[in-house]
Amino acid sequence: MGIFFALIVGTSLTTWAAFQNFGAFNIVIALAIATAKAALVVLYFMHARYSPRRTQLVIVCAIFWLAIMLALTLADYQTRQPRASRVAAAMAIYHA
Amino acid sequence: MHRTGELYGQFQTLEQQKESSTLGMWIFLVTEVLFFGGMFTTYTINRHQYFAAFGIGSNTLDITLGTVNTIVLIFSSFTMAMAVWSAQTGKKKLVPLFLILTLGLGTVFLGVKAVEYKQKFDHHLIPGRSFDVWYQVDNAKPATEIEKKQLETEREELHNATLTDPDIQSHAQLYFSLYFAMTGLHALHMIVGAGLLIWLLRESLRGRFTPQYNTPVENIGLYWHFVDIVWIYLFPLLYLIDRHK
Repeated sequence: MGIFFALIVGTSLTTWAAFQNFGAFNIVIALAIATAKAALVVLYFMHARYSPRRTQLVIVCAIFWLAIMLALTLADYQTRQPRASRVAAAMAIYHA
Repeated sequence: MHRTGELYGQFQTLEQQKESSTLGMWIFLVTEVLFFGGMFTTYTINRHQYFAAFGIGSNTLDITLGTVNTIVLIFSSFTMAMAVWSAQTGKKKLVPLFLILTLGLGTVFLGVKAVEYKQKFDHHLIPGRSFDVWYQVDNAKPATEIEKKQLETEREELHNATLTDPDIQSHAQLYFSLYFAMTGLHALHMIVGAGLLIWLLRESLRGRFTPQYNTPVENIGLYWHFVDIVWIYLFPLLYLIDRHK
């Protein structure tokens, strides 16, 4: 019952926070609240807290694999420049 | 999933049999995490690239319906947890009751979702030929003074967004493609979950679940909670991108 109310409070909090301006932290706050809610659901509604160690290992693996997918894909997108600018950069070095 | 509660030959104890089943369910859920994870990755990259268009798209969603739906789904997760608890503690009469509640709340969620989808059709926000982010601002007939003011704010926002992103029409379509793909896949999971709940309901009315044997209730419960978690992330990511004024 307590968990249920905590989840409702989290929902209200995230909706309220969405209308405030925290600059770059808007998304951080939204995701932090969502993650706290998800953690409550996993730990208590899904009984992860009282599960055998090997079930807990599976859950940690899920998060870890998801992190790998996000981190490596984003690392690629964030470091890849369009071809034209790569060529321009190379030419600048060549002519220097 | 074994059909009855007796011990199968490959297991030593009933407890081991049950733990294996639950472990299998969790491993299935891991694959589901990565399935949805692919969509969340796509979303992250595009949102980063076309933030203005995503903000405009997000602001067209009905925040009241979205918040109500979030609460409905959390409530259904709670009733599902109660159904599992009733089955484990041998409260045989309560199990079907909580299952009906869960099913009812799940149906309400899908109903609200249908209303929201209909609204997007009416507002020309379905990706494709007739897509037009300006449609609502140009064609809405505000009834009250407040609505009129709101529409003016929306027009201004759209105008400013067009200045930062001239091709907002195509980039907003990206947002709506992701919106329909993600909420659609989530809704599909809800429909599958509703089917599983109907089966559970039938079995529980036959009194099949006891404190010794309730693995199906527990595993379908895990699935239902997982679908709830997906929505917990979808709600802020789709509805609450750029709400502050």
